[in-house]
Amino acid sequence: MKDFMFIIRGQEAAQAKRTPEQTQGNMQKWMNWIGELSAKGQFVGGAPLSKEGKIVKGLKQVVTDGPFTEGKELLGGYLIIKANSMEEATKLTSGFPDFDIAFLEVREVIQMDMHQ
Amino acid sequence: MSAGDQPTPQQLVDHLFRHEAGKMIAVLTRVFGIHNIELVEDTVQETFLKALEVWKYGRLPDNPSAWLMRVARNRAIDLIRRQQKQTILSAEMVSVLQSDAEQVIQQFFLDSEIADSQLRMIFTCCHPDLNVEDQVALTLKTVSGFGVQEIAKALVSNESAIQKRLHRAKAHIKKHSIRFEIPVGGALQARLEIVYTVLYLLFNEGYHSVKSDELIRYDVCAEAMRLCKLLSEHAVGRQPSTFALLSLMCFQASRFDSRMDENDTIILLEHQDRNKWNRELIQLGSHYLGTAATGDHLSVYHLESAIAAEHCLSPDFKSTNWQSLLQLYDRLLELKPIPIVQLNRSIVLAQTNGVEQAIDAVLDIPGLHDLINHHYIYSVVLGSLYEQAGNIAEARRLLEIGYRLTPSLAEKKRLQGKILLMK
Repeated sequence: MKDFMFIIRGQEAAQAKRTPEQTQGNMQKWMNWIGELSAKGQFVGGAPLSKEGKIVKGLKQVVTDGPFTEGKELLGGYLIIKANSMEEATKLTSGFPDFDIAFLEVREVIQMDMHQ
Repeated sequence: MSAGDQPTPQQLVDHLFRHEAGKMIAVLTRVFGIHNIELVEDTVQETFLKALEVWKYGRLPDNPSAWLMRVARNRAIDLIRRQQKQTILSAEMVSVLQSDAEQVIQQFFLDSEIADSQLRMIFTCCHPDLNVEDQVALTLKTVSGFGVQEIAKALVSNESAIQKRLHRAKAHIKKHSIRFEIPVGGALQARLEIVYTVLYLLFNEGYHSVKSDELIRYDVCAEAMRLCKLLSEHAVGRQPSTFALLSLMCFQASRFDSRMDENDTIILLEHQDRNKWNRELIQLGSHYLGTAATGDHLSVYHLESAIAAEHCLSPDFKSTNWQSLLQLYDRLLELKPIPIVQLNRSIVLAQTNGVEQAIDAVLDIPGLHDLINHHYIYSVVLGSLYEQAGNIAEARRLLEIGYRLTPSLAEKKRLQGKILLMK
């Protein structure tokens, strides 16, 4: 099995203006999705990313506040998933609960083979 | 976290977030004041987002409710710290004030104090200066944690109308500096009556409203019951009328699932499958009605609950004690002399004194002509009485009016069936 990274980009959940009941519904979908992936041994890990950060850029290593990406593209978090192929990994995104406010980028994590 | 930690998806308790929202709003209002209700609501929203962010990638905390309350508490303390930075006081004074404030806030977040704050919120939403529509909407929003669109659905209204009501209510509370407190003495009794009215309306909205979908109606009934129970568990609300209202809700709710058949057609009491009635709720209703049987004040809720109990406890329609029901309706009519009670009493009268007297009783209702042309229930009941009396022409005329007026598809289906048989 290979590792794949699901990169979550989009608006923050705050933008969705959900009611408590809807927030709970959304949370339940997340838990179902991650729970099912875990049960199949395909969930490796993941974490949300804080929207505040710094950008370090250039040969002079200038530090600025950032990323201030346009809201719709903001990197919100990532998941690492095990799958046999890109096709299978892509299929596993179907349970992602936030397609209304965000999108996923699926990328294979390249395994380093040091003995080559 | 790593793979295999979490073999099956975890489940949140139903409506956990709604209920926690109500609690957090009440406690935070105690901290920031009712005039800062928007700040309070934002803080609750932030707490949920924080929970969502942390929980969704991993597992639930062992006690989600305690986790949410802790985050809300820390957020409150944090907001106060920031506020203190703009003070004219010395660092030493600030530190004293801050530690006092934090102690009080810790207290507010204790279970007993949470219940107290929720009661304050219920009483504030039911302030006599607010009109009843606003009281109901505000209660659903701030006590029950419903969102605007959910309130609109529950009250068969639209979002902008609900927004308007909430805005009006909040503005009034601010403008008149209405206090976030539990009234005392005579004012408490008067306020409790308003709370009963609001909870009764809320329950009926869920139970009888025919336009909204079944799921939200069920939620609203359950919520009215939950709030009534909350009231009954608090020293100031532990009163006979509270238990009477709670028992009434239990009896009514016991028949919730048997009122409709699989084609969404209304089933009349007479034809309901009594095996489908929820025994547990009927027992609870009896228990609460027993608890309510103290003191010397007989409220409308006592009488309405006793009427509901008579229906719920009869093994079948035939065994209903109509004589006892008629007596209950006679007393109810004294306390609540309104057309709908007269109409319901006439149905009982048909059983005890015959259909002719029942028809006369309906015809005696003041303003009947108007009522018949505006509320389907009057033409339907009178039409059915005429049908029993053998006056088919009059029966059909009235049932056709009812068919036109009823907003309920279920009722339309039922009436259509009847009318077709008459032709």
